[in-house]
Amino acid sequence: MSEKEVKNLEAIFETRIARDEKIEPKDWMPEKYRQTHIRQISQHAHSEVVGMLPEGNWITRAPSLRRKVALLAKVQDEGGHGLYLYSAAETLGISREEMYEQLHTGKAKYSSIFNYPAITWADIGAIGWLVDGAAIINQVALCNTSFGPYARAMVRICKEESFHQRQGYEILLTLCNGTPEQKAMAQDALNRWWWPSLMMFGPRDAESPHTEQSMKWKLKRKTNDELRQQFIDQTVPQAEILGITIPDPDLKWNDTLKKYDFGEIDWDEFWQVVKGHGPCNKERMNARVSAWENGAWVRDAAMAYAEKQEKKKVAKAS
Amino acid sequence: MKDKNLYNYILGIADNSLILGQRLGELCGHGPNLETDIALTNISLDLFGQTRSYYQYAAKIAGNDKTEDDVAFLRIEREYRNVLLVEQPNTHFGYVIARQFLFDTFHLLLMEKLQNSGDEHLAAIAKKGIKEVSYHHRFSGDWIKRLGDGTDESHEKIQEAIDGLWRYTDELFHVTEDDALVIEAGIGVNVSQLKEEYYKQVSEILTEATLTVPENKYFAKGGKEGVHTEQMGYILAELQYMQRTYPNMNW
Amino acid sequence: MKKNWPLWEVFVRSKNGLEHRHFGSLHATDAEMALENARDVYTRRNEGVSIWVVESKHITASNPQDNGELFEPAQDKIYRHPTFYELPDELKHM
Repeated sequence: MSEKEVKNLEAIFETRIARDEKIEPKDWMPEKYRQTHIRQISQHAHSEVVGMLPEGNWITRAPSLRRKVALLAKVQDEGGHGLYLYSAAETLGISREEMYEQLHTGKAKYSSIFNYPAITWADIGAIGWLVDGAAIINQVALCNTSFGPYARAMVRICKEESFHQRQGYEILLTLCNGTPEQKAMAQDALNRWWWPSLMMFGPRDAESPHTEQSMKWKLKRKTNDELRQQFIDQTVPQAEILGITIPDPDLKWNDTLKKYDFGEIDWDEFWQVVKGHGPCNKERMNARVSAWENGAWVRDAAMAYAEKQEKKKVAKAS
Repeated sequence: MKDKNLYNYILGIADNSLILGQRLGELCGHGPNLETDIALTNISLDLFGQTRSYYQYAAKIAGNDKTEDDVAFLRIEREYRNVLLVEQPNTHFGYVIARQFLFDTFHLLLMEKLQNSGDEHLAAIAKKGIKEVSYHHRFSGDWIKRLGDGTDESHEKIQEAIDGLWRYTDELFHVTEDDALVIEAGIGVNVSQLKEEYYKQVSEILTEATLTVPENKYFAKGGKEGVHTEQMGYILAELQYMQRTYPNMNW
Repeated sequence: MKKNWPLWEVFVRSKNGLEHRHFGSLHATDAEMALENARDVYTRRNEGVSIWVVESKHITASNPQDNGELFEPAQDKIYRHPTFYELPDELKHM
């Protein structure tokens, strides 16, 4: 294809997206669109799967049977969501194994929030409330993104996620209505998870180079800063109902702008964790790699068995 | 039969589901791939669901405003009545599947009988559970065949696990003193009568999976009387951690 | 060896009377496992009463580049639609 023809196809492609048409896997798409989507969807999938780990640690220690089944179902959902997303990325011509390879070698990223440790039961509440809350804001916007398989996966995920945040908030509500010791546990969790949650929306707009392109492709409907603001504005009143304090002395309602002003995020910490030096980066990756490597003989066995059965079937038929 | 006998009888069934569910819960997020991870978690969730139904009933029998969580979390090790099989560790996926298969085969036979129990509560729990357990049994049986007749490596690993866990199978058919009274009352299932059918079914699938049926005649028991393997203390340490560290609180 | 598990497409009937709808995909080594995995992955919330699975490689898909010749010719055949026919408003049951 000549350069001119490609330019022409690109122009048609961009108009289709601007008209809110969906792009499906077999449609022509610019190589950059394909690569960006593989990167973002697989990163999203990795986040779900790595995200199983900090909460998964608490399944055996959940304090009641009701909490245990809810947490187990939630962590399982995250595995399911990872699966939906890997499948969506696979329609773009990359295998799940290749994506795992990228994750395990550090080539692919996942959400940094999961590199923080979940050290108390209240952290399970805080993860549900804040981390899922922040994720939902991003995900709802993505239900309308331009790539069909991604948008459809997001619709399913959003539907299933609706219990996750409620589950987390209910945990904290119970703690805050409990003993002073329990309430202190909730406050401590909020202290540790608040700032990392704000970081989930990514760098400030000025430092976010892909925003313009992503907006055009509807991979983003709002900028990082807009989403962060939306999150803060909806979360502050929720903290008030719990009766715990958001650890930001600069946080206050701005009556002119009708939004909350908030303090400076520690961007050095953000970049440190992104670059692999957070509290749990190594542990998370080790857990993923060993699950995959220890499972190799199992996956091979199932494949070998299926092939043997197939051969037997063919032999019988002939 | 006294309430105490029935209470103990229920725990003898329920504790198996609790402890096996707990073991499977450890695996969530660490399976050989996502599909299998999700499937094992479904089994774990089924088992915890059954556990709750039994414990709610047991708590009612015990009275004194006891709750399902009191029954689940606030006993000492000697009071847990699960069989030794279900507390064995997730050494590798072969052990997970072998433990599951050896238990599911028994569990299904038990549920089929328990649904005719003279106690309508237990009969109802069994009726619901039977569908879940049939699926577990199908799942673990299929995996036994895949691993047994898969690669040389998987054959060796699953055989090792079957051999290793075999000595815990006989206990499944042990009838305790409490059990005997509850059986007599037309409520309990006489598990000793399930033994022949169990070994027949297990042998069939193992043979189909090209595996050798162990000939070991030395068996371990004690779980039903609360004498557990060394594994149990660690399971309870995690299970009870919150309830023991922060007593008398709501969660 | 190192052969990866093939990809399967999953279709679920959510209740009798409705058609099977494409729900998504997953990996499995054979049809039996694909059904079980589909049950565990896609019907955890009571979403289905029947499942179809088909290995993705068996699906033949039309090519979007042919969309012009495949689908556009149908666009102007408006006489296939009831609204093409002009009838008086008083006319009932038609």
